[in-house]
Amino acid sequence: MYLSLSWRNLWRNKKRTIIAATSVFLAVLVAVVMRSMQNGSYAYMIRSSVKFYTGYLQVQGKGYWENRSLDRSIVIDEKQQKEILQIPHITSIVPRLEAFSLVSFEKVTKVAQITGIDPEAENNMTDLKKRLVQGNYLTDMPGGVLIAQGLANMLKIGIGDSVVLYGQGYHGVIAAARLPVAGIVKFPIAKMNNAMVFLTLTNAQNTFSAYGRITSLAIMLDNIKNQAHVYNSLSSMLGGQYTLMTWQEMMPDLVQGIELDNASGLIMLIILYIVIAFGIFGTVMMMTTERAKEFGVLVSVGMQKTRLIWVTTLETAFLAFLGAISGAVFSLPVITYFHYHPIPITGNAAPVFELLGVKPIFYFSTDPWLLINQAIVVLLIALATALYPIFFIKQLQPVQAMRS
Amino acid sequence: MPLIELKNLSKTYNTTAFPVQAVKNVNLQIKKQEFTAIVGPSGSGKTTLLNLIGGLDKPTGGSVFVEERDIATLKANELIDFRLHHIGFVFQAYNLIPVFTAKENVEFIMLLQGISKTIRDKKAVELLNAVGLGERIDSRPSQLSGGQQQRVAVARALASRPNFVLADEPTANLDSHTAESLLDLMEQLNKDYEMTFVFSTHDPRVIKRAHRVVTLEDGAIKFDVGGKN
Ligand SMILES: Nc1ncnc2c1ncn2[C@@H]1O[C@H](COP(=O)(O)OP(=O)(O)OP(=O)(O)O)[C@@H](O)[C@H]1O
Ligand SMILES: [Mg+2]
Repeated sequence: MYLSLSWRNLWRNKKRTIIAATSVFLAVLVAVVMRSMQNGSYAYMIRSSVKFYTGYLQVQGKGYWENRSLDRSIVIDEKQQKEILQIPHITSIVPRLEAFSLVSFEKVTKVAQITGIDPEAENNMTDLKKRLVQGNYLTDMPGGVLIAQGLANMLKIGIGDSVVLYGQGYHGVIAAARLPVAGIVKFPIAKMNNAMVFLTLTNAQNTFSAYGRITSLAIMLDNIKNQAHVYNSLSSMLGGQYTLMTWQEMMPDLVQGIELDNASGLIMLIILYIVIAFGIFGTVMMMTTERAKEFGVLVSVGMQKTRLIWVTTLETAFLAFLGAISGAVFSLPVITYFHYHPIPITGNAAPVFELLGVKPIFYFSTDPWLLINQAIVVLLIALATALYPIFFIKQLQPVQAMRS
Repeated sequence: MPLIELKNLSKTYNTTAFPVQAVKNVNLQIKKQEFTAIVGPSGSGKTTLLNLIGGLDKPTGGSVFVEERDIATLKANELIDFRLHHIGFVFQAYNLIPVFTAKENVEFIMLLQGISKTIRDKKAVELLNAVGLGERIDSRPSQLSGGQQQRVAVARALASRPNFVLADEPTANLDSHTAESLLDLMEQLNKDYEMTFVFSTHDPRVIKRAHRVVTLEDGAIKFDVGGKN
């Protein structure tokens, strides 16, 4: 009977209740869609970025990140690599040997980053083969090198020409080689386009006398959600002999960009919440004050205030649930739709994505926690407004209430 | 043993610019099954007196005894329960819960008392029949006339099996014909259920119907006629 009393009280003023419930509904809907888009886009951006080169995690020699010297290279043998791959949620591992050296062709000499790669593993992760604008990939010509387009232009080198590498190998050994150009690759980022040279890992190891060694092992995961978990398993497996870096450490700019965007999103959310809070509060306040006389009569005839508070709190709860649940339920198909039909990004933001070589789209997350969290937050806000009738009834003096 | 006994009861309001002595040194005994009207001009203290008897307001002097119990000894929530179990109230207006039907309104007070659904049902119907609204048990207050609403209020007041019913100007919003028939009803219930009624009014036609008339003037008892002694 108390339930039915609350429920019917709620519908005394249908229009007002519908407006209030609709505002809760819209708040949840907007909040969910907004968060879905933000979170989805972050995940997409992160995935695109880590796929581009670093991976979610990287195993490196101690101190390598600060001082990129071949002397800090490491050995991770096949057995160890297999063990790493066996850790759940790790989808692939990509070994690399990175070194700086001079490259020259005829009269031109430049500094380049030489990277020894496992052509297949590298391609699976970074789609390097797709960047090929001329010539062949390393799988077709394992003895050759891939030169970034900008660098090739500076060297005025072409397919079939041979480039000379000259630098320092492992433990100061002189490294020199003359290798044919297999292909030209194009990078969207100038810094890379003017500096990168790829060759097979074995070729690089031989050239730099770093037999069996790598400077980094990039690791890809099925889902960013599992990163912390994998990090823990991996670091306990590796012990203290290597450094395990996260994409956050390797790409602090990306982290900062996301945090900034996220903060502005949260501010918008808070504004939304405040607007909603006032909307519900107004409704609850009106529902309370206009019934002062009635409350006075009820307490007079013998209704304990706690019961009356229970009835009014239920009213607010009904209102909040009605809006929050329907908002959450309705937003599900909306974000699911956008999840499969992402919104293309136009305008200023688009080139940023293109720089990374990924499609400029707003990706939507369908993480169910998103719905649950938003519904709970809005619900709590709505329930907080129930403090008003509680306070009102607590201090209610039936005689005064009935007299006014 | 009087059902209700007021001893040197006073109430002074200090909320206004100068203190208002709404009830002055009232001594009054009301016995079981009396049918008493509290009368007096507007502002004479009728409402205040009834509120003091009903424990809705606290006296500034003297005491209210109900069945020899000083109600001032009750804590706030005990007082609410006391009202629930011992006193039936009928107010001038806003008596009923608008979203409840007549029957539900009568039932509700019994729900507060923790009475089971079957008994509630039975008794609500019985009481609504007794007040002549057997046909309207499923009507909402807004679908009932003022007189019918007050009948529901009377039925509700009786539903809690109180020791007595306090009614503050129950006929004030009714035309005189309807007022009379409400009085008929109250008188009938007074007889049938041996229910004690204390009601205030300034309607001469209603006053005529009372068995005992207590007249207030400036908060003090001026006359007290018709009581059984
Ligand atoms: N809560 C209050 N605060 C201040 N003064 C009050 C309060 N309640 C009543 N009074 C004053 O006490 C006096 C008695 O009022 P009360 O309402 O008891 O009279 P009444 O006989 O019921 O009048 P009416 O016939 O108009 O209902 C009046 O002067 C009134 O203004
Ligand atoms: Mg009055």
